[in-house]
Amino acid sequence: MARRERRERRERPIQGAPTARDFKGDVNPDWCPGCGDFSVLNALQNAYAKLGRGNHDHLTVSGIGCSSNLPGYVRTYGMHTLHGRALAVATGAKFANHELNVVVTGGDGDGYGIGGNHFIHTMRKNIDLLYIVMNNETYGLTVGQASPTTIVGEQTKSTPFGNLETPLNPVAMAIVSGATYVARAFSSEGKQLAELMYNGMQHKGFAFIDVISPCVTWKKEKMEIFDYWKERVQFLENHDTSDRAAALAAAVKTGHETQLGLFYHDTSRQSLNDMEPVLENGPIAHQPLGISQEQGDAIIQRMM
Amino acid sequence: MAKYDFAIAVGGAPGQGIETAGKSISQICARYGLNVFTYTAYQSLIRGGHSFLTIRISSEPIANHGDKIDLIIALDRNSVEKHLPHVAPGGALIYNTEHVREVPERDDIQLCPISYKELTNDPDRKATMLNTCMSSVALKLVGIELDVLEEIIVLALLKRKGQAVVDANIAAARASYDYAAEHFTPFDVQFEKQDTPLAFGSGNTLMAMGGAAAGVKFYAAYPMSPSTGILHWMAPNARDLGIIVRQCEDEISVVNMVIGAAHAGARAMCATSGGGFALMSEAIGSAGMMEIPIVVVNVQRGGPSTGLPTKTEQGDLWQVLGASQGDFPKIVVSPTSIMDGFNTIPEIFNLVDKFQCPGMVLTDLSLAEGHTTFVPDSINWRPEIDRGELISEPGQIDGEYLRYQITDSGISPRAIPGTPGHVHVVATDDHDEDGGLISDEFTNPHKRRDIMEKRQRKMEGIAERLPPPTLEGPEDAEVTLIGWGSTHGVISEAVQQLTEAGISTNHIHFKWLYPLDEDAVNEVLSKSAHAIIVECNYTGQFARFLRGETGFKADGHIRKYDGEPFMPHHVADGVRELLNSKTDLYVPYQEIVV
Repeated sequence: MARRERRERRERPIQGAPTARDFKGDVNPDWCPGCGDFSVLNALQNAYAKLGRGNHDHLTVSGIGCSSNLPGYVRTYGMHTLHGRALAVATGAKFANHELNVVVTGGDGDGYGIGGNHFIHTMRKNIDLLYIVMNNETYGLTVGQASPTTIVGEQTKSTPFGNLETPLNPVAMAIVSGATYVARAFSSEGKQLAELMYNGMQHKGFAFIDVISPCVTWKKEKMEIFDYWKERVQFLENHDTSDRAAALAAAVKTGHETQLGLFYHDTSRQSLNDMEPVLENGPIAHQPLGISQEQGDAIIQRMM
Repeated sequence: MAKYDFAIAVGGAPGQGIETAGKSISQICARYGLNVFTYTAYQSLIRGGHSFLTIRISSEPIANHGDKIDLIIALDRNSVEKHLPHVAPGGALIYNTEHVREVPERDDIQLCPISYKELTNDPDRKATMLNTCMSSVALKLVGIELDVLEEIIVLALLKRKGQAVVDANIAAARASYDYAAEHFTPFDVQFEKQDTPLAFGSGNTLMAMGGAAAGVKFYAAYPMSPSTGILHWMAPNARDLGIIVRQCEDEISVVNMVIGAAHAGARAMCATSGGGFALMSEAIGSAGMMEIPIVVVNVQRGGPSTGLPTKTEQGDLWQVLGASQGDFPKIVVSPTSIMDGFNTIPEIFNLVDKFQCPGMVLTDLSLAEGHTTFVPDSINWRPEIDRGELISEPGQIDGEYLRYQITDSGISPRAIPGTPGHVHVVATDDHDEDGGLISDEFTNPHKRRDIMEKRQRKMEGIAERLPPPTLEGPEDAEVTLIGWGSTHGVISEAVQQLTEAGISTNHIHFKWLYPLDEDAVNEVLSKSAHAIIVECNYTGQFARFLRGETGFKADGHIRKYDGEPFMPHHVADGVRELLNSKTDLYVPYQEIVV
């Protein structure tokens, strides 16, 4: 898209109800043709549109990796932060302006590897974010090494004799770590994915979606990777999303009985930002700066 | 009243109430309107070990813990054994005969034995009131009225421990005061109550207060000595002052949260020490790249690695200067006193907001955990606040919005998320004016050069705004002492001592460390005489930095890296030694070992 056209488009407010097109970004994705991430992007644009708010009301935050290039491909405020740090940055942004709809996107290496500590603690804190991980079980941008979700035995550039490490189960981790909305989706099931995203954005708390988003370049099966996954996934049925133990039991099913859908949804726990009394007066980003002379005098009085 | 300079020290094991005693005595002096500076030498233990707190009281304004100790309150036997030699001739030692049976001979000081059992009615015999008894004796010896101690006891204990404990402590204080009147000789120095009571606080507290005054709305931290005092002030004050305070899983999260909050429009700050700062490094570079204003405080302790958690050093200068990969605009400032710590925070926030870059405040344990008295009115709660070119609503600029617009100043107007019509992406990858990644398009050398030069142009504007150091003292002095940050007070006093001893000395002190305006700094340095750089590290980090930036080479160096802060005589002795010997390095000997 020509630069001038890009700018004109940005300045034009959305007319009427927003559509997915209104959330198309300035840059065309540079992902490999066939990559699962295209469907995730498409679903996200649909979810943003369905939410009905303006472009400027959303903040899309990512780390580093193929999937973390996503903020450039959606028309919202965006932050393309450091590798693994998106959740921490997004937490800070949400606290500064809780009126923003903050969505975090990234990959499995970014979120479960280098960002693993933030992943656990952001869930524990139940920050009101939607976190979408495009899980392709590989480090794509660094040309195909094993990731924290690579299966045992798989040969990659860094595991030429086969991966010896047990993959982590992000959905199970999320359920036990304190996330209050936990789902797994498959990039090829775009309708379900967009719906999970939309509901995740509306959830008041930490919403997490692990999306199986196959890599068509570094996986041995090439395009057959989609068939590989289609044989392995099934929709979660007859499941009570308020039952944490049942959610965990479903989450630990992997391989040929990998479950898709919403595992766990807890509406009883307040998010950390909802519990913060300082935010009752509106976003701190918009509050007047400094303190009053009276407040200052009271502080000094306590020092005497 | 005559001039005086007097120091009381409290020694004991952590958990014995050293801090309580020290705080009480300091607070009493503050209420009396006396100038106080305190320093605590302690160990990284919660119970056991040994702590030694020095409370210096002076008729003149003071900014260090001084050279001598006149009166020691020894809460345990260890303190007697360790510190008896440190009592200045004519001084006194207070001890409990139930802990200490025998005290080695010293006929030039007054021994003040008390019996805790006889002075208190403490059925548990846990000696929880020993600090009260001894503080009371000390106050009697320097002529402070007992009612001020009683006020402080009520203030410290009533809410926490109840009336019974308050009554027992007041009874113990009275008995001890009367006992001292009967059995011990008071000092010649007798403090008189001044007209204006003073306030009393630590460097960490003053920096935190400076943050509140500057409009900090988001503060994050991971506990790390000796920076934790800032968190401990922010946390209880947060709700009253409308500040979000978060404790995070690690310092990486801390600084990234601060970046997120700052980008979304809040003034955001964090503090840590050297190890935590190392973890923050990568993100500090990202704030430089995304052009997000943040303030990071590094309260230095002894390094390398875990190092000396409870000891001071100026050993992180190169770490801070070199934090993160690549070149990006940044500001480094090192407050020169506890009170300057308060003012520095609003100052650096205005700079980082204007120039949209990370600002680093480099201080150390000696200043951050040191306490001082101050005149309440000297605090400016309403400092100037300048947020720079910030866009928070539509219509503030004409025409199209480019987040990283190339400008002469290098400053591009910054729209915060949520503002209609200014949607953009900020990235840690390098980018063009519009925020588009230039690494994605292809690595475009021309765009890269333009954006790099745009960012770095901000450094010129920053350097112009930072005041260069001034020459304090006579221009025609024989010796020039050069220091940076926390050592201003101790060097100033060494200058005084040397001048009185007939060695005319002046002083150049650096607060704003980076960027340095080479010409302005050289102008000041050209006035220096026999130049000696004083700093608290092994390799002369500042000397090397100054030489690199300006070509200036000092004639001598005084360096300390044993963990304890300089005392004025360490510097004065060093000057004499360097003037008399052929060496160019003096490392003072630390007399008081804890």
